Formats: sequence, C-alpha cells, structure tokens
Amino acid sequence: MTAGTVAAAPTFDCRIAFVEELRALARDDERIVAVCNDSVGSSNLGGFATEFPDRLINVGIAEQNMVGVAAGLAGGGYVPFVCAAAPFLTGRALEQVKADLAYSNAHVVLCGMSPGMAYGELGPTHHSIEDLAWMRALANLWVIVPADPAQTRRAVRWAAGDVGPVYLRVGRFKVPAVTPDGTPFDVGRASRLLDGTDVTVIAIGTMVSRALDAAALLRAEGVSVRVLNMATVQPLDTAAVLAAAQQTRGIVTVEEATVRGGLGAAVAEYVVQFHPVPMRLLGVPGVFAPTGSTEFLLEYFGLTVEGIATAVRELAAERD
Amino acid sequence: MLTADVPQVSRWRKLREDVLAADLQTQAHLLQQAADAARATVVQTISRAGLGHVGGDLSVLDILTVLYAAVLRVDPERPDWTDRDRLVLSKGHCAVSLYTTLARCGYFPAAALSTFTGPLSELNGHPDRKKVPGVETNTGPLGHGFPFAVGAAIAGRLAASQRRVFVVLGDGELQEGSNWEAMMTAGHRELGNLVAVVDRNRLQQGDRTESTNRLDPLAPKWRSFGWQAEEIDGHDPVALLQALSAPASGQPRCLIANTVKGKGVSFMEDRVEWHHKVPSQDQAEMAIAELTR
Repeated sequence: MTAGTVAAAPTFDCRIAFVEELRALARDDERIVAVCNDSVGSSNLGGFATEFPDRLINVGIAEQNMVGVAAGLAGGGYVPFVCAAAPFLTGRALEQVKADLAYSNAHVVLCGMSPGMAYGELGPTHHSIEDLAWMRALANLWVIVPADPAQTRRAVRWAAGDVGPVYLRVGRFKVPAVTPDGTPFDVGRASRLLDGTDVTVIAIGTMVSRALDAAALLRAEGVSVRVLNMATVQPLDTAAVLAAAQQTRGIVTVEEATVRGGLGAAVAEYVVQFHPVPMRLLGVPGVFAPTGSTEFLLEYFGLTVEGIATAVRELAAERD
Repeated sequence: MLTADVPQVSRWRKLREDVLAADLQTQAHLLQQAADAARATVVQTISRAGLGHVGGDLSVLDILTVLYAAVLRVDPERPDWTDRDRLVLSKGHCAVSLYTTLARCGYFPAAALSTFTGPLSELNGHPDRKKVPGVETNTGPLGHGFPFAVGAAIAGRLAASQRRVFVVLGDGELQEGSNWEAMMTAGHRELGNLVAVVDRNRLQQGDRTESTNRLDPLAPKWRSFGWQAEEIDGHDPVALLQALSAPASGQPRCLIANTVKGKGVSFMEDRVEWHHKVPSQDQAEMAIAELTR
C-alpha cells in the first residue's frame, strides 16, 4: 500500500464474496446456473461445482460458444452467470455479447473475473483495461464495478433479478471494505462516500479506497474533496455527476482501465455537454501496459493515493 | 412486438392435421405446395423491399416448411410457452424465409411482410426476437445461432423437458469457428435433444463453398465431433419429414440437407449472384409464375 493509507485495514479478493453469494443464491433459486470456459479454478467455482454439478456448464476454452450457450440457457428459463477472465470474456466474445445478449435482451450476467491489471505480470494480452469501453459501447447492458465484497454480494443478488443483460466486473486485486454497513449500494446510483466542496473524485472498483485515502490526505492540506463511488458505470448516474460539476470546481475520475471509453469518458461526455468543469481522467493513458505486478503497474500509472491527490491539487489550484 | 393472427393460426393447425394424417404422396403434395407458396411470397417480399437474400431463402424453405407444418411442437398463439420446441435460424440473413413461414403459421399477420426493411418495421433485415414472435434469438452475424441452440438444449435437459431444439445453419456459415466450438460441446454432452440442419446449397456470397474454404467431407467432420450425421435431399419434403421426426437419441443429430440455392426459379438456381441480387418486377413475375404453376 502507498504511504498515507491505513496499513492495518484488512483487504479482500472480491471473487470470494462473489462465489459465496452465487452459491447462496443457487440454493434458493434453481434457475441459477454458472457457465465457464475452463475457468473453474480462476473463477473459484470449485465449491459451486461440488454443490451443483449439473448446473456448472463448462464449455471448455471457447468464449464465443460460452456466451452463446448462456443466451440459449436464458432462452430456456435459466439465469446464467458466465464466469471467465475479463479480457477473454469481453474481447473474444464481444459480438456474442452484442448480438446474443444486449441486442437480444437475454438475461445473462457476464462476470468478468480478474479485470484491469490483475494479471499484471502476464502482459497486455491478459490485461483487461479495454473491457469498460467495449461493454459501455453496447446499448442495453448494465456495467457494474463493485468496489468491495459487500457491494459484490449486493450486485450478484441484484443481477439475478429480472434486470436484463449485465456486465459485472469482479476484482481479484485485494481491496478494503469501503461501503458503509447495511447500505452497500443502490444499483444505478452513485454513492457519496465523502462530501466535499472543492473537487470531486469519482472512482470505481480498486480505486475507491485510494480515492478515500487521497481525500483524507488532502483534508489535512485544507482541500475539501467529495468522493463518489460510481459502481454503476452504465447507465451513468448523471444527476450525481451534474451535482458534482455544479457544487465543486472540478472532477477527477479514477479507474483501473484505459481512460479511452470507460468511466472517465462517460463522465466527461456528460460534463462537457451539460456543465463543463475542469477534469482529470486517471487510468491507463491509451497505451499497452508494461509487465509487472498489479501493485507496480498501479504505481507506474499514478493510480495511487498520491497520484489522485496530485490531480486534485491541480484542479483545486485552478480556482478563480 | 407483432401479435398473432388467430384465424391464420387455425388454418395452420388444419394444414398440420392434414399433413400428419395423409399418406406419403399426399404429404409430399401438401408440403411442396406450402413451400412453393412461401417461395412466391419471398420473391414478392424481396422484390418489393428492394433488399434481401433470395437465393438462400429459396434453398431453405422446404426445411422450414416441413419443420413448422409437421415437426415442431409450437403454438403461435403462445410464443413464450416454456416447453415449446426451439427453432433457431442461424443463417439469419435468410430472415424473409423465416418471416414468411412464421406468418403462414399465424405468429403475426402476413400483411406485415409488406413492411419488410421499411422505416421502423418490426421486420428488420435480420430477425429481432423483441419484435417478432417466434424468433428465439437475434441472428445475422454468422455462427451465433448454433451456440444458442446448444444452450437451449442444455436448458431442456436441465429442466427434464421433452422439448427439442432445431438449428438451421448455412453451409458457408460453417466457416465460422464458433460453430465448431458449439458442435464440440453438443457432441461432448451427447445432446440427443438437438438437431442441426445444414442448408447445403454449396454457394456462399462470393463463390462456391468448396472454392472458398472447403467444407467436404462434411458428414465425417460432424461424426468425428460425436454427432450422428446423414445426408438427405433438402427438397424432398417426405424425406425431410421422416428425418426430422426421428425420435431423440443419445447423440445430437445433423442432417446435411443437399439443396439448390435459388430453388424453384430456373434463372436463379445454383447461380452465385442470386445470393442477394434483387429481382426486378419482371423477374419477380416470371419467378412467381414458375413457383405457382
């Protein structure tokens, strides 16, 4: 962890909460099935497979088939949770996600495992920094990025309802709990984790705890930061964005993804049209990332408490 | 969303009863007549719209006609009936053949066909399940229907349902790799409730399949993936009926239906340019005259 964080806070792999909730859901609802691409281990589906052997459909290493099969299962009355590494799920099967799920309005929950730079050392083929842009380009698809285990559980349970196609980004990089007890989130709404008047930081997933830590750091410097956890990237909570633009001087977005087309782009598309304010978009700046651990790569791209604080200071300095 | 044409559903039920009660010769006559009438509608619809894939529509129509007139357990008045058989037209560019067939079953009024591809029409150039009852999934890009059908067959088995799943594939479409992924999964899982029908007209958009990216020997490929596979005459309604009505077994089944692209219209048959060439008014009249004589 970067200097300035509370080093003692326990951290969690959201995949654990994900699969625990999925199993709990499956016990109560026999329509719940899991579909995967030889990813039983990486998706932590071993327990699900033991408990519901007929309801784990492993199609092997075949992502296009996997998504099509899930659409067919949905057409047959089941609620498939497709569990696969995010880069292959979203990239390899993109046209299936478009035609078979989003355009067909098939109720399938795509669970993109180990997104962002979770597979840092494996190189850009295995990084999933484009998934938010690809998924967000599709109409009729929820894009949900939980920030901690409690949000992950809530998202799983919500996605099993009659909500249509969903992309759920399930983090592997360990994160602390950031959501208030009992109110993990309202899907579709930003949650204001911290109020502030100078600058707003809008963060998702692994970046939320860092945004909170940056706000704490800046408070000591006399900069008041609002922190929004925008777990629903699509459809965007434009009311929360508008309020941020009206009530604070600028907006910093932070995501473990390319800045082209993801959260930052979504916020900017709205802000530039309806209430222009200075912005900084933090993420991977339109390049393939080098190799290294996730922690190294987050540092490399300034996706740290200090990196966020620096961007906020720049916007705060632009005050008239 | 279009809605059922109830009087037409009654006429379709009557045809179905007549076909199933008839001797072989009468069956052949009734099914041939229904398919050719559908072909005439297809030509007229495409000519009017100025758009469509007439060659593949004409080659697949015996297959679709036999399925809907005598095989599928469906109810056009209840397109969402859980235990219906599923028919997936993976070669979605032949939407007009499906629309025409669905209209003849009464899923929606045939008058809607005149709106095909028009502004805001429910009848898009490729089928949309949100607008057209009877369409199971949106196809158009090739290689999508087969994985869907595999998932539908797995769902039927999980639900311990007697429902069956039929997927109609173009032969050129088999060049898409996703089909082989689906074929492998169905073979591995021994999905006996799944039947694939290949509309083997040997032509794709630009050339012959065998000159473009060879498919033969096709039946052995399917067999090596764990399927039963047989070749049949895709324009022989009785052969199609018997093959499609065979009971489910312990293996998925593939019917390689040998067909002629542009079937029934002499100047279109087996000619690559009629993949999506649009007949002029004169050509449409000549074609319809051939199909209805």
